[in-house]
Amino acid sequence: MSATEHLRMTGRVWVVGDNINTDLILPIQAYYLSVEEQPAWVFSANRPGWSDEVTVGDILVAGRNFGVGSSRPAARSLKNLGIACLLAESINGLFYRNAINFALPALEAPGIMALFQEGDVAEIDFEAAKITKPERNEALEAIAMPEQLLGILKAGGIYPLLQSENLIE
Amino acid sequence: MGMTAIEKILARNSEQSVVRPGDIVTTKVETAILFDNNFMATTWRKILHVHDPDKVVVVFDHRAPASHVLSAQAHQTGRAFVKQFGISRFHDIGFDQGISHAIVADYGYGLPGTVLLCSDSHTCSAGVFNLAARGVGSPDMTYAVTKGETWFRVGETVRYELQGELRPGVSAKDVFLHLAGTYGDHATLNVEYGGPGLAGLSVNARRTLTTMSAELSVEFATFEPDDVMLDFVAARTDQELQPVWPDEDAVYADRRVIRLDQIAPLVALPDAVLNNSKPVADVSGQAIDQAFIGSCANGTLDDLAIAARVLEGKRVHDGVRLLVTPATQNIYREALRRGYVLAITEAGGVVTNATCGACGGGSLGVLGPGETCITASTRNFKGRMGDAEAKIFMASPATVAASAIQGSIADPLEYFR
Ligand code: SF4
Repeated sequence: MSATEHLRMTGRVWVVGDNINTDLILPIQAYYLSVEEQPAWVFSANRPGWSDEVTVGDILVAGRNFGVGSSRPAARSLKNLGIACLLAESINGLFYRNAINFALPALEAPGIMALFQEGDVAEIDFEAAKITKPERNEALEAIAMPEQLLGILKAGGIYPLLQSENLIE
Repeated sequence: MGMTAIEKILARNSEQSVVRPGDIVTTKVETAILFDNNFMATTWRKILHVHDPDKVVVVFDHRAPASHVLSAQAHQTGRAFVKQFGISRFHDIGFDQGISHAIVADYGYGLPGTVLLCSDSHTCSAGVFNLAARGVGSPDMTYAVTKGETWFRVGETVRYELQGELRPGVSAKDVFLHLAGTYGDHATLNVEYGGPGLAGLSVNARRTLTTMSAELSVEFATFEPDDVMLDFVAARTDQELQPVWPDEDAVYADRRVIRLDQIAPLVALPDAVLNNSKPVADVSGQAIDQAFIGSCANGTLDDLAIAARVLEGKRVHDGVRLLVTPATQNIYREALRRGYVLAITEAGGVVTNATCGACGGGSLGVLGPGETCITASTRNFKGRMGDAEAKIFMASPATVAASAIQGSIADPLEYFR
């Protein structure tokens, strides 16, 4: 994603419930594996086989309090699995920060669970925080990501920023 | 229109007179804590510049001593970092080892009114000392260590007004289970604890509440200051303390009164903490394989005292493994001096060195398929303590100790009559 590009995505929707925690996204067994191997373990305890079905560009819709749990880089696994955007009723604050920092687009979208079922297609204008369900011509306003944080997301996360300032290798 | 304690702390540290919910603020970071997971090869990004080494603390806790080669390498990377940048507050394996959040308490690193960051999700623990403490990921930590600042989204605050006193055998963990069971998640919100009930809660008990608040998905958990807390910190630091009280006309998302005397022992059922609490009676008799008392929330000296009191002169039930892990080596030594370690081990419990240990499923005390554990730690998520088919019930140290004796989940109150 380049910094000037307007973020839009269209993709197939997967739906998960409330309080999806980081142990489900990045289980402890996967924590010891390489970054490349970790995504295969996403939801292995609650939805075995799911990571094989996901294709690049899919959209994850979730209930309340997505990402509750530890600081582990669980957002990175969703990003590397190809999830184009996370849309949740609400997002745990720590997970939200990690999402931005690992450049996983994520929006809090109260009402999202009522709008989508698994297999639907969602269209997202990320910066306008506008989510559309084209087949029924229904739309939802999400909570927009503040400008400052959008900048980090579009830069590809925190590390490229720090690297450009020679603060990290 | 006044501000809540956390709003005032964020305003002070971002050099603004007022902050309001919805604002994004940039604050300086007074204390930045790195721990062994930050140095794991899959996570670590080599830092070339440290903003101020005196503001950095390094702790090895999640896998300490190292549980396998990867964690041993993480410790090596951490030691090299400490050496390169001259970090003086370093808690390596040994005398001053412990879990980061308990180290913050033991060594007075949590300064009232300041901002503290650590890349562990239970960092809100330090909010007991009336500061803005939050867990962030490794990227945010790297930013804070290299630049000395961070950003926060200011959220609304829920005020918990504590009244009355806990009955013997009921502890702060039960208060937490009551909050989690009654109110569910607090995503995007802060919590502020205060009220006359504070007087009856030790700093350790209060810290159990702020630590467990991570499970409520809070942004920040902060206690109103009082003399007990301020004396505790003053005895451990020579820095000047600048506590913050909420304004009388502060605006809260909600104010909830909690009657401490009405709380009874509770248990969280397996797989989820939120909206999942039941009275002990509902699950009593459920057989267990393992019982654990420890973690940043429940490895305090108070918790070990309770375990020793329940276990004194008893035996852990046949076929049950009881593991007890003090949160710091300071606590371990004090528990030795007071005879708690003897009481627990004579009962058949295993007292380990200070570490996260069984809490994170990353090292000792891992659960096998189909096993059942009752834990006084922070999380009962599916797969948290080992195999995904293990069942984890979560309760107070008193309930866990009573259950270890009975061999199945048991009400602890009879030990406190
Ligand atoms: S004791 Fe458990 S919850 Fe606390 S820091 Fe360690 S792993 Fe995390």
